[in-house]
Amino acid sequence: MLLAAFWLFATLMLAFGTCVVLLRDPVSCAMSLVLSFISLAALFITLDATFIGVIQVLVYAGAVMVLFLFIIMLLDLRSEKSRRLNFGATIGGLLVVAAFLSILTGVVYSSPALSKALPPLGASPISDVKLVGMTLFHSFPLPFEVVGVLLLSATVGVVVLSRKSLR
Amino acid sequence: MPTLANYLIASGILFAIGLGGVMLRRSIIVIFMSLEMMLSAANLSLVAFSRYGLVSGHQNYDAQVLVFFIITVAAAEVAVGLAIIVSLYRARQTTHVEDLDTLKF
Repeated sequence: MLLAAFWLFATLMLAFGTCVVLLRDPVSCAMSLVLSFISLAALFITLDATFIGVIQVLVYAGAVMVLFLFIIMLLDLRSEKSRRLNFGATIGGLLVVAAFLSILTGVVYSSPALSKALPPLGASPISDVKLVGMTLFHSFPLPFEVVGVLLLSATVGVVVLSRKSLR
Repeated sequence: MPTLANYLIASGILFAIGLGGVMLRRSIIVIFMSLEMMLSAANLSLVAFSRYGLVSGHQNYDAQVLVFFIITVAAAEVAVGLAIIVSLYRARQTTHVEDLDTLKF
């Protein structure tokens, strides 16, 4: 059951991810990315990370992708014109990707610790979201504040950047 | 039951797709989308490690909090990045990376 869900959502995630790279129309790319992110959220839920899965749908598939679509609409982007491929860059890029994947599979399959089965979760009276919140506010209060300041400065930065004339 | 290796390979392939997108695409907004994909791939491996490395019967929630912070920072990054793209478009009327070669040697 869990294995079937893993294969289904992993396949969907990678297929839509490939669509993002291959499709020409930026709106189709953005919609494929939304579906890829939703499959990724389903994978998070197969890993019993309910909170992270919900946040993934709300923030990534919701807010971030709406922002992307809004910018595509604002700039009125058309399909990418098919220009001549830069062969050096293409071959170099594919080589880097292939090298990365071969090193990764080598490392992952050489370690027996990574092929153990899913350990069962202990029964817990406290829900997942509550435990994330407790960890966040008990162990990481300072990073939480810092992230708040970061979001504020990003908001101010966006307002400054989008003024008509930068001085 | 899927193993940890399955999740790590899936996340690695997603990262590789994003990397390929960054290197092969020429539209700056699609490059930015591929960057987001690479960030989410890192999140997937963090959540997988958190589920497979149990701490006293629970998932390792430190990893999930780290994912939460990554998502927050990514949201801030998207806001600033898209604002930069908009002001770039105002200045140069293009989102094609090959038209932006001022720094090219």
